[in-house]
Amino acid sequence: MHQNEQITMVYLTRKIEFSASHLYHNPALSTEENKRIFGKCNNPHGHGHNYTLEVTIAGEPDPITGMVLDLKELKEILEREVTQRMDHRFLNYEVAELKDQIPTCENIVRVIWNLLEPKIQQGRLHKVRLYETPDLFAECYRNGATRG
Amino acid sequence: MSSEPKIELGRRYKFAASHRLHSAQLSDEENWRVYGKCNNPHGHGHNYVVEVAVSGAVDRATGMIVNLADLDGYVEQEVIEVFDHKSLNEDVAAFHDVVPTTENICKEIYQRLKRFPKAKLERVRVEETSNNAFEYAGEEI
Repeated sequence: MHQNEQITMVYLTRKIEFSASHLYHNPALSTEENKRIFGKCNNPHGHGHNYTLEVTIAGEPDPITGMVLDLKELKEILEREVTQRMDHRFLNYEVAELKDQIPTCENIVRVIWNLLEPKIQQGRLHKVRLYETPDLFAECYRNGATRG
Repeated sequence: MSSEPKIELGRRYKFAASHRLHSAQLSDEENWRVYGKCNNPHGHGHNYVVEVAVSGAVDRATGMIVNLADLDGYVEQEVIEVFDHKSLNEDVAAFHDVVPTTENICKEIYQRLKRFPKAKLERVRVEETSNNAFEYAGEEI
């Protein structure tokens, strides 16, 4: 690259949706404590949400293709790593990565980050935002990076 | 570089309020020129959306940065009860001498929430309408 050529970081975001059920319960706590801390999310039979996931990749567009990362490839990674694993599943019992964790938005988004991070080979995973409802979300982003 | 990411929790709240954009430091003509219809003497209103982002360690026992009930209670007490169904100019002390633009509303909400004891406030975003949004993360220029 020429010295005077400007590096242009571009952020690409793709959104997917999945539906899943979960419940919040910590077996190390008493029934009363579980009820007090988790409220109605402690219902033993669980409940569900339509989750929306936004995944942001940071990179420089390839000079030949004009792409940070081929969207088809990103779509396939998300399908394989997230949709197939979590869509129409009971997160507590059917997602191995969440075993022994409370499947809060914070923990699910961290699991998704850890699943996706090594799979993104072109550009870098920059940010993952998971909406549990339109008014509640958790977000992971690369430590030390500008949030973008 | 470590791939351990930073984690934030975001929550959206709503309030409805009226305001009038008018600066005592400008003449009536200048106020009208700068603020246009927002300078209407009787004010007007919006449905505001406040998006609050906090960070902190995820508690192993609860899986949470902060219990939502605690965050909701604090925002309710510090922001919603103070701003909702109010005239910002008349009813909120902070706007007696400060023009209640959404920039200033954003900063005021940030100041009110930064003392939240159970997580670190990262950012406040205020949407005045679905087409206007402002964010403040505490930076001083």
